[in-house]
Amino acid sequence: MPRIVRFHRQNISNLAVRKHTGMKLFYHIGKYFILLWMIMQRPERASIYRRQTIAEMDYLGLDSLGIVAIVSVFMGAVVTIQTAFNTDHPLLPTYAIGFATRQAIILEFSPTVISLILAGKVGSSIASEIGTMRVTEQIDALEVMGVNAASYLILPKIIALVIINPALVVISMFLGIFGGYAAAGLTDVVPLSNFIYGILFEFSQFDILYAMIKTVVFAIIIASVAGYFGFYTRGGALQVGHASTKAVVFSSIYIILFNLILTQILLA
Amino acid sequence: MIRVEAIWKYFERQPVLKDVSLEFEQGKTNLIIGRSGSGKTVLMKCLVGLLEADQGKIFYDDRDFSAMQFKARKKIRKEMGMLFQGAALFDSMTVEENITFPLNMFTTMSRQEKRQRVDFCLERVNLGAVHHLLPAELSGGMKKRVAIARAIAIKPKYLFCDEPNSGLDPPTAILIDKLINEITHDLQMTTIVNTHDMNSVMEIGDSVAFIHEGSLWWSGSREQILHTSNKELNHFVYATELMRTIQNQKP
Repeated sequence: MPRIVRFHRQNISNLAVRKHTGMKLFYHIGKYFILLWMIMQRPERASIYRRQTIAEMDYLGLDSLGIVAIVSVFMGAVVTIQTAFNTDHPLLPTYAIGFATRQAIILEFSPTVISLILAGKVGSSIASEIGTMRVTEQIDALEVMGVNAASYLILPKIIALVIINPALVVISMFLGIFGGYAAAGLTDVVPLSNFIYGILFEFSQFDILYAMIKTVVFAIIIASVAGYFGFYTRGGALQVGHASTKAVVFSSIYIILFNLILTQILLA
Repeated sequence: MIRVEAIWKYFERQPVLKDVSLEFEQGKTNLIIGRSGSGKTVLMKCLVGLLEADQGKIFYDDRDFSAMQFKARKKIRKEMGMLFQGAALFDSMTVEENITFPLNMFTTMSRQEKRQRVDFCLERVNLGAVHHLLPAELSGGMKKRVAIARAIAIKPKYLFCDEPNSGLDPPTAILIDKLINEITHDLQMTTIVNTHDMNSVMEIGDSVAFIHEGSLWWSGSREQILHTSNKELNHFVYATELMRTIQNQKP
């Protein structure tokens, strides 16, 4: 057994640092990176991991399509109406409403808000699934068989979200802009031709790349943080619930934090 | 054969296993008995590598498991089967998928061969057409039998059973015990069973080790257990009215 994993298994429960709140952060960061290292080991049977990844894409990704669609359409509509009411000035051209809607949807709302929603839906599902497997000894059963349980359970979920989340975000962008268009048409806050002009005005492909980079990072955060809390669940059903809540809270915090960092790095 | 040499294990600096040395023979059902919290499960978890012993060595047929790296351990782990207290079946998989899982992971068997192996294992544990049922649709005894079928699917050399008959009615418990014993003798496995059930001891115990407060207090055969002068063991063995009646009838 690699020295780092052996040290982790032997001593981590006895470390006095666990009791000091200040050191708890470092304890969890270290434990998280050890888990990531275990996840990245070579799979026992690549074909099984492939099948598992496709199943996870279906379960975690496609099942989220409904909520993503609903949120995106209404988000786009609200952004358009809010922008129209708050920029009602004779010096501002009305196509700016379409432009602002597009930029808001592509740069922030679709990648970040949809990722936050997925952190709630998918993150809690991952943490409770893996947590339940932990407390019912299913993970122990995998380990006794010689299966790298961390990798088998978490890696397909990370890969699935890295593939499917950008697709969901692209769909969300289309639906968000469509929602804005529909709101513009239904409420007459802006002429439709001006709205479409604004949508197409000074479009930069880099904005899409920026959104995709953020989405991929957020996907890794959602799957790995939720996997971490699920994998190290101890106790029973109550603790599985706690793990699920913690997974949502912490992945949401990390998404917001990394949103700031990535925005500064990529757009500064 | 599995040999344990001077195992120590601590939790929060408190010793839960103290200098335990034991030998488990091949082709025999080796029982570890003791009261709840005596350290039986910790010992078994150390044996299979779910917990790391803080001191001491574990040998699988003279292969030093405790000194092995992760990859070398994997090789031995593929020779292990384990029956957990709660069966630990993968609840999102059907019975057939549960039994096929280790075969998919570690063998290159064809679909037909896997199907035959599943049928054989289910037949061996006296279960019929349950292939497509989910674990939630099975009774406690059936779950345990499916877990045994999964454990023997890859023809293990070592079988570990953690309280296999806990939560079962007496006839089903005896059925499971006998099944483990038969499989052990048929397949010539080294089987270790954790239990605190004296019925199991009298039914299937080829050799018995008594763990008390983390230490090995006694080891011997099931015949010897009834005639021991070990106070703690006697207290454990004759805890029930039935066993006390047997004791009183001894010449």
